[in-house]
Amino acid sequence: MNQFVLVDCTTVDGALSQLKDGSVVKAAGVDLLDRMKNGTTTPSRLVNIRNISALRGIHPSPEGVTIGALTTLTEISEHPLLQSHYTILTDACGTVATPHIRNMATLGGNLLQELQCWYFRSEEYECLRKGKEICFAFSGLNQYHAIMDYGTCPSVAPSTSAVALLGLNASVELTSAKRGKRMVAIKDLYVHPDANPTKFTVLEPDELLTAVMIPQPAKGTRSAYQKYGEKQSNDWAIADAGVVLEMDGNVCRKAAIVMGSASPVVRHAPEAEAMLAGKPITEEIARAAGKAAMQGAPLQTAMQGAQPLSMNAYKVQMFPIAIYRTILLAAGQMGRDPSAAS
Amino acid sequence: MSGPKLPHDSSDLPQDSGVAQTAENKLGKGTTGITRRGFLKGAGVTAAGTALLEGARAFGREAAATRGEHPEGVREFGPGPVAVTLQVNGKERVIHIEPRTTLADALRLEMAMTGTKVVCDRGACSACTLLMDDIPINSCMTLAIDAVGHQVTTIEGLTESSEGHSMQAAFLKHDAMQCGFCTPGMVMTCSALLKKNPKPTEDDVRLATAGNLCRCGTYPRIFAATLEAAGVSDSESTHNA
Ligand SMILES: Cc1cc2nc3c(=O)[nH]c(=O)nc-3n(C[C@H](O)[C@H](O)[C@H](O)COP(=O)(O)OP(=O)(O)OC[C@H]3O[C@@H](n4cnc5c(N)ncnc54)[C@H](O)[C@@H]3O)c2cc1C
Ligand code: SF4
Ligand code: FES
Ligand code: FES
Repeated sequence: MNQFVLVDCTTVDGALSQLKDGSVVKAAGVDLLDRMKNGTTTPSRLVNIRNISALRGIHPSPEGVTIGALTTLTEISEHPLLQSHYTILTDACGTVATPHIRNMATLGGNLLQELQCWYFRSEEYECLRKGKEICFAFSGLNQYHAIMDYGTCPSVAPSTSAVALLGLNASVELTSAKRGKRMVAIKDLYVHPDANPTKFTVLEPDELLTAVMIPQPAKGTRSAYQKYGEKQSNDWAIADAGVVLEMDGNVCRKAAIVMGSASPVVRHAPEAEAMLAGKPITEEIARAAGKAAMQGAPLQTAMQGAQPLSMNAYKVQMFPIAIYRTILLAAGQMGRDPSAAS
Repeated sequence: MSGPKLPHDSSDLPQDSGVAQTAENKLGKGTTGITRRGFLKGAGVTAAGTALLEGARAFGREAAATRGEHPEGVREFGPGPVAVTLQVNGKERVIHIEPRTTLADALRLEMAMTGTKVVCDRGACSACTLLMDDIPINSCMTLAIDAVGHQVTTIEGLTESSEGHSMQAAFLKHDAMQCGFCTPGMVMTCSALLKKNPKPTEDDVRLATAGNLCRCGTYPRIFAATLEAAGVSDSESTHNA
């Protein structure tokens, strides 16, 4: 890890005043220190926001809930109100990484963590996402890479919490000293590599992510998230599904079905959502929805449906099952899958 | 380990326990003595010798800004060594470190407290687990400066508490280790669990240790030891792994 000046801030205004001269924000530092140890990020100045107590906490209101950017994933996953009203979020935050990482990792840092593609994480590979010409994954080791909507870079969306927050139609509050606050929906937070390979999110260098706002779910909403990894703990998802069902008895008025590790940017599965809308949830329909998700119309590229790489065709079989089981889990018709991450 | 190069003479530090050390040596009374000696010796060899610290105000919650004109609530440190005050196992420790120093490195290299192990140095194995305000965290992914103002408890400190001691005794009784490299992290994790949940089920123990990797596969014994330390299992339980 390179040497750096650490600017420790205890107020939002103080931190905003320091976002200059190539400074990099540090929350818990789990993602940032990893990249610095790898030598792929070498900032000379870190703005430490970890001690800003005003950015920590879970605040329910009649409109929904606001979560401070520095709230840890454990604080979120253990919160009783979130567990009952926003199960998809507590499921997702509770299955990230390991228990100890969740005790440290902040919600803001989880949303803004950089790609996990091993070429990207290595100092030895100067790829497209580092402003160079090539992607090493297409002809290299790509078992954990994308199967949908990837275009030039098949690295997958790394943030587990983003899957839940997209399903819940949440927004982030971005704050800068000059321009004040702006709200950005999770669906607009991430930049697809084909649009700009070196810009991962719309966050500007002088902005802090200060809070996440989640609207109040409609009456009768039930939700769930399940993550499948190589191990039960420790790893990022190889397949995952977030499901939010607005129910009227056993009839689903409206569904949100979200996949994280299928594509470079976290995405809905509109074909699967359309299959559930207006119908009772049954095993058949849940299975059909899982399959439909793999037909996925392109959202960001011209790529129709799942198109696996040389080593990840297994994912095309995993996602439909993850989606099917998570729909039934959300609907209360099936228990939590013992083979999913816990 | 690819942490920062810190100013110390490693040949002067007490050697790491490693593979050859017996369980008795690692966890029994003897360790306390070794650690204390190493502790004092370590303090002597760090760049943060007393002379260097004289006149310098150690960085604590109340400390003043180090340099530059900054608005309220903004303090700048480094890139060179700065004096930092940590609360480790109930004692105040002043060390002189660069801001890039991780908590694991500060303990092992600056304070000669080598009970905390570093294996992956990336947050992926939890060998480096210690408690910050009773919450288990990975010290390899935490800057030492971020521990200022918090109570740090390491495996060395656990030996002195009664819950910690009974957990260590249960690990010994169940022979819950082979090479021992994951053991301090496991013991920290399991005793933190009992603080939060004094009567866990085996599933609770499995979930709590889900991030602690043991290459030797001692998990069943670790679960049994933890349940016994919690007083929720038959102490004569057998191991079938
Ligand atoms: C073994 C292991 C397994 C993992 N598995 C998973 C997993 O399954 N799912 C998953 O989602 N993650 C996983 N992770 C990643 C981990 O969850 C993230 O590294 C962590 O959430 C980052 O949070 P942080 O607070 O440490 O962020 P930091 O490392 O401090 O910051 C991350 C990035 O965001 C920026 N940033 C942080 N906060 C703000 C803010 N408020 N405003 C502006 N910029 C900000 C920083 O500049 C930095 O670039 C895993 C990590 C490990 C080590
Ligand atoms: S998948 Fe993306 S991040 Fe990975 S090597 Fe290719 S361009 Fe780089
Ligand atoms: S050494 Fe810290 S998690 Fe592996
Ligand atoms: S005893 Fe060897 S790693 Fe656990």
